[in-house]
Amino acid sequence: MFKLWATMVKDVRVLLRDKVGILLMFIMPVLLVIVVTSIQNSTFQLMNKNKLVLLVSNQDKEELSNQLIQAIDSVGMFRVQQLTHGADAAAVNAKLHNKEAELAIIIPADFSVKVNSRAQASANKALKSFGLDGDSVRHDTGASNPISLYYNPVLQEQLRLSVQGALRSALQLVESRQTLRDLYLSINDKPLPAKLEREMLSSKTEINQMPVSRNGNRLIPNATQHNVPAWTIFAMFFIVMSLGGSVVREKVSGSFIRLKTMPTNYLVALLSKQITYLAVTMIQALVIFAIGVWLFPFMNLPALNIPHATGALILVTLCTGWCAVSYAICIGVFAKTQEQANGFGAVSIVILAAIGGLMVPSYVVSGPMKTLVSFSPLHWCIEAYYDLFLEGGKLSDALANIIPLVAITLLLQLVTIVGLKRKNLI
Amino acid sequence: MAIMTPWAVDISNLSFRYPGNEMPSFTNLNLQVLKGERFGLFGPNGAGKTTLMNLMTGLLTSAEGSITLDGLKVGAHKNRVNKLFGFVPQDFSFYQELSPAENLEFFGAWYGLNSNQIGLKTTELLQIMGLEEVRDKPVSEFSGGMKRRVNLAIGVIHNPEILFLDEPTVGVDVQTRHAIINYLLELNKNGTTLIYTSHQLSEAEDLCNHVALMDKGQIMAHDNLDSLLKQHKQQDLEELFLNLTGKHFRDDV
Repeated sequence: MFKLWATMVKDVRVLLRDKVGILLMFIMPVLLVIVVTSIQNSTFQLMNKNKLVLLVSNQDKEELSNQLIQAIDSVGMFRVQQLTHGADAAAVNAKLHNKEAELAIIIPADFSVKVNSRAQASANKALKSFGLDGDSVRHDTGASNPISLYYNPVLQEQLRLSVQGALRSALQLVESRQTLRDLYLSINDKPLPAKLEREMLSSKTEINQMPVSRNGNRLIPNATQHNVPAWTIFAMFFIVMSLGGSVVREKVSGSFIRLKTMPTNYLVALLSKQITYLAVTMIQALVIFAIGVWLFPFMNLPALNIPHATGALILVTLCTGWCAVSYAICIGVFAKTQEQANGFGAVSIVILAAIGGLMVPSYVVSGPMKTLVSFSPLHWCIEAYYDLFLEGGKLSDALANIIPLVAITLLLQLVTIVGLKRKNLI
Repeated sequence: MAIMTPWAVDISNLSFRYPGNEMPSFTNLNLQVLKGERFGLFGPNGAGKTTLMNLMTGLLTSAEGSITLDGLKVGAHKNRVNKLFGFVPQDFSFYQELSPAENLEFFGAWYGLNSNQIGLKTTELLQIMGLEEVRDKPVSEFSGGMKRRVNLAIGVIHNPEILFLDEPTVGVDVQTRHAIINYLLELNKNGTTLIYTSHQLSEAEDLCNHVALMDKGQIMAHDNLDSLLKQHKQQDLEELFLNLTGKHFRDDV
């Protein structure tokens, strides 16, 4: 026991004197969490505070195009900026190139005429189907020139599709309203009253957002709740840079030769490293969670809500830390140089984080990649954390993710021992 | 089970070949070192000294032949054998980030000493090695000579019965060499068997009472130093060395 204690004291001393290692293990992840959460928070707030600037070039002089612009404005997603009449595609392009906006639309000159014509044609068809005489003179004059949506190519497809959906719903509103007005006019020979029009067109059914929650807590998830657990895991696994390097450094240094000639098994050294660095990962998690809870509100970021299931949170954090430490030691045992350990370690963590759902949610992954997800220990870590942080789960809920995580950890330990035996190190 | 034996080291019919090498490093090598001897193992580069040292300390293992230290077979009684001896490798074998006291504390624990024993031995060794004033400074800031003394102190913290020394004075000044040799002689007086290898043959004459000359994996000569010189009609160890191993270059590649 004294040997283990002395080895842990040695490891802590070596660690504390490695200023760059400490920087990598604590300062970098904290910066990462703050930066990524801030950025993600801006995306979460796209629907309220940080609206997308939408330039509108209205080449149509009639009323319906103005109604369309109003409808787009009322979607709530855009800050509409109208360009002077006649701004053509070249002018719009120039403005997007100048970064005045990310999006622009051009409403064609025949927009109102065509929408009107289609609305009247639809109204006539409806009247005929009711057995009433429609105005046979009115015909659908065909589709209008399309509304052109210009966008900066940096805009992600997901966001572009949301924009397109929002524009389509505004367009739908204008076209439906016009059809309704024509239909009413044909039947009643008087315009549709505004009050009735509002009543008929406004949706009566609200959409109530209900995040699923196991403890009945209905807090709407925010960027902090998503990002802090994810990047805490990333930080914990990133100790491969310090720990993997430390194992290699010890292995290739003269001290290892001496250790091998001593009446103590090298497994004591590995056990000490596991305990020491497990403590480091716990401190990392504590620091990052504390920043989420207390510092984020001062940075205009949502505060982190710590799950009520504290025991489960500690267990998940311990298992995550243990897996991270086991992974780092495994890399250290097999790497021949510190460069190998650091290079492979860092790249592999980024890959495992990507396929594990830390960067892109794993539910969007499909095909063979879906199978790969299960092989990433980071996937089980994030799922276990989300059980607690987002779904308000208890220990029993997180267990389904803890068990595979522990299985992967044990496998890493086994591979490490086999590696040590093959290299005649134990 | 240890048996009473006069031999500190007993190598019998040892054969060894590195994996992938066609030529064996040793074939049926036999060598005995008496307890209490100051034994020097010499030879040109590539003679097999380091390989033999690594086999004696268990860093390498051989399937053929046997090596016993104080009657205990190396490889079969790892913990007991490893307690018997200390090892001072040619490379600095400690943690450069730590101070001499911290290194001694850690390695002392790994030799099985308790904290009281470590405290006493640390104070004693740092005083002997002239390192008390820098006991808490990181070894990385030390000169080569100071590092050599730290390297030696760690190897003897547990009062080993046998001490393996691989070029313990390489790259040090005359004062440090003098201090190290005197300390080793003192250790030997107290019963520690020294197994020493070096290219410093004049130093070996000061330190060793028995020598073996090795070349191409074979023991060319092994005896009391004075007897060997008389037997081969040589003035000193260097002449004897050149006489037995030749004057051509031996580049170890």
